[in-house]
Amino acid sequence: MDRIPILKMGHFLLVTIQVDLYDRLAMDLEADLVKMVSITGAKAVLIDISAVSIVDSFMGRIIGNIASMSKLLDAETVVVGMQPAVAITLVELGLELPGVHTALNVEKGMALLSSLIIIDEETEEEEDDDTALS
Amino acid sequence: MTILPLAKDTLKVYKEQDVILFRNRVKEHAVKIKMGLVNQTKLITAASELVRNMLRYGGGGETVVEVVTRGRDNGIRLTFKDQGPGIPDIAKAMMDGYSTGKSLGLGLPGAKRLVNEFNIKSEAGKGTTVTIIKWANG
Repeated sequence: MDRIPILKMGHFLLVTIQVDLYDRLAMDLEADLVKMVSITGAKAVLIDISAVSIVDSFMGRIIGNIASMSKLLDAETVVVGMQPAVAITLVELGLELPGVHTALNVEKGMALLSSLIIIDEETEEEEDDDTALS
Repeated sequence: MTILPLAKDTLKVYKEQDVILFRNRVKEHAVKIKMGLVNQTKLITAASELVRNMLRYGGGGETVVEVVTRGRDNGIRLTFKDQGPGIPDIAKAMMDGYSTGKSLGLGLPGAKRLVNEFNIKSEAGKGTTVTIIKWANG
């Protein structure tokens, strides 16, 4: 069975989608990601879709779902690398992605996520911060 | 102006993996008539929505990919034909945000916005046929 790999890096979960998704694969990714956020206690999810040539309403809904479910588990989601033609198509399709952060590329996405979760960490307890950094 | 078919390709779609094959076939034909990337993306996205509807609500069916021409304009015509239960109220199904499934209800109206010509026929108990055309420079 096909599976999209999810990489953990510190507080981040990284997903690079390199194949065209069919619906089952997208639904599996949604379930796997939410499970991974819960298991690892990740604070941020970065999804790279630079190799994806088509985002239709189903795929858009999955991305939206991932963002809202992660939010409930206290993790932010950023989608990076959307192709211009995909952005044009999404707008015409009438699909908005509320609650989903976007960035131009992986680098900018990581920077955005870092800024989002630093605010969180400041409000955390001291000892929690120490363990996170060690 | 009359629309003439130049090439024709028929593909059966009965499971999800067939969808990827179908999308690739559409892409091949679109590239062959030098359709721009944005129009290609719009066409394949619309095709993706319609083929999913066909699978989910019609139990799969037959798709036809055609290269068509009207004078100097070339385009791609796609036909989606299923033998499912049919759509009881097409006007309602064409409204944004209406869905009998758990989707966003953007499939049919969204697909219509992405292409140049959109035609839908449905008969209760006999199935649904959707035909779309995207012109290379449309």
